[in-house]
Amino acid sequence: MDQEVCSLKALLKDKEEEISALKNKLAQLEQGHASVLKLHDKVTPIRPLTVKTALSNEDIMRYSRQLLLPELGVKGQLNLAKTSVLIVGCGGLGCPLAQYLAAAGIGRLGLLDYDEVELSNLHRQVLHGEENQGQAKALSAAGSVKRLNSTVECIPYHLQLTPENALQLIQQYDIVADCSDNVPSRYLVNDACVLSGKPLVSASALRLEGQLTVYNYQGGPCYRCLYPVPPPPETVTNCSDGGVLGVVPGVMGCFQALEVLKLASGLSSSCSPQLLMFDAQNLRFRSIRLRPKQADCAVCGDNPSVTRLVDYEAFCGSAATDKCRKLNLLSKGQRISVQEYKSIVDTSVPHLLLDVRPLVEVDICHLPISLNIPLSGLEERRSEDIRLLQERISQLKQQMAGDGQPAVYVICKLGNDSQKAVQVLEKMSGSEVESIAVKDICGGLMAWAMNVDPTFPQY
Amino acid sequence: MKCAELLFSGQKVHHVTLPSQSEPCEYHQKKVLLFLLEKCIKTKFKQAINAVLLRPGILVLINDADWELMGELDYQIQDKDNIVFISTLHGG
Repeated sequence: MDQEVCSLKALLKDKEEEISALKNKLAQLEQGHASVLKLHDKVTPIRPLTVKTALSNEDIMRYSRQLLLPELGVKGQLNLAKTSVLIVGCGGLGCPLAQYLAAAGIGRLGLLDYDEVELSNLHRQVLHGEENQGQAKALSAAGSVKRLNSTVECIPYHLQLTPENALQLIQQYDIVADCSDNVPSRYLVNDACVLSGKPLVSASALRLEGQLTVYNYQGGPCYRCLYPVPPPPETVTNCSDGGVLGVVPGVMGCFQALEVLKLASGLSSSCSPQLLMFDAQNLRFRSIRLRPKQADCAVCGDNPSVTRLVDYEAFCGSAATDKCRKLNLLSKGQRISVQEYKSIVDTSVPHLLLDVRPLVEVDICHLPISLNIPLSGLEERRSEDIRLLQERISQLKQQMAGDGQPAVYVICKLGNDSQKAVQVLEKMSGSEVESIAVKDICGGLMAWAMNVDPTFPQY
Repeated sequence: MKCAELLFSGQKVHHVTLPSQSEPCEYHQKKVLLFLLEKCIKTKFKQAINAVLLRPGILVLINDADWELMGELDYQIQDKDNIVFISTLHGG
């Protein structure tokens, strides 16, 4: 029965992939007819924007409500039309940003993303729809933008920004917006902007908080002036780990659009360098005055040591993606596969299954027999957690009638925290708790869902 | 970056009365930071010290300004000053 379900699931997955590939092809063909929307997989030279000298009647009608603003006016509108903006990342920030820039009549949008649309993106990446799943995000975003304003020139790039291609790409644009989701990309985009003299409008969001700063503009500081040293990788939380409420990057992306529009139209941006912070929980904004450009900055200072792009993944000690890192803290003997764990369950071997995820994730889904003690409770030796663990271990020992060490299997979402928990439990074994045999379940609940029980939810 | 408040037992705002000294309004910044940390952090003390004083990716703000503008550790802290530790976000 289980095997049949698994093979059907695999078959279904194949078919779905086939369908999405066909949809991709169809979308490209259709869009190719409507206008020229070619998905770029590498950086190629683009022709300069044709300079509009006057607004057409249609332009006047379309933009009339913003033309009425003395701060913008016809001159500002024409300035927008001759500006090109590169959006790095077509996700939660990039979507609203692209949408508002296109609606306002920006001349050209470069839309860059190496990823494809997934179901878990849709709550915040509002340019993509259900039918775009599996499609390149850059193309999906470009399609939506074109439907909104066909006069905006869109160039979708389905590629990863790298030290090799970043300068060539960024040099072709007037303004760059950092909507990326990881630390190496943020340093890469910053350095490329400094080296090619482009203003950088940068935003970020996580959980219920957002931040926004304009870097490298009118003699102001760059990202490295503020953050000369990257944070240790283990202290960085990404959206797929920490979560994010969709409207938070939505708000921040709109602020990015506002700043880009001000820069592009000639309306000067907020004069002194500042960091805008958004606290969605308390609905509070805070505007922080920032330090000026630093004379000793490694890239924009007086004697820069970074004069060409470097290896940013090595510099930051992490990969240029927001996908979860896979830790390898344990030896082979300390880990078992989900299939092996399945056979332990099937043969009713007495054991304790310890789920070390935070409660909020346990509420989403868990295995019925598991005991939940979050990793933090173990690390901090929270007394009620330790007591519970001791209790369950002695129960298990009684059940086993003194037959060797009680077996404890540790599980989490992807198999990273569970490895840390195994290390903690091994230290505790024989002292803080009775002597136990602890093993990590490799790949965690997501591997369980992929390989053992396809009806188990994935998140 | 993990939100800074997670290092402070999840509490976002702490009101702190500084111990009286011979010159009441002049506290050395570093002492104050250490005092704040001692006062506010119930667990993970070492981690928090590293987080705030040494760890990259945290901005220290004094009254809504980057502390670099205020002379960093040389700033003489005043009554009712508002000191905020911000961790940089990278998600998008």
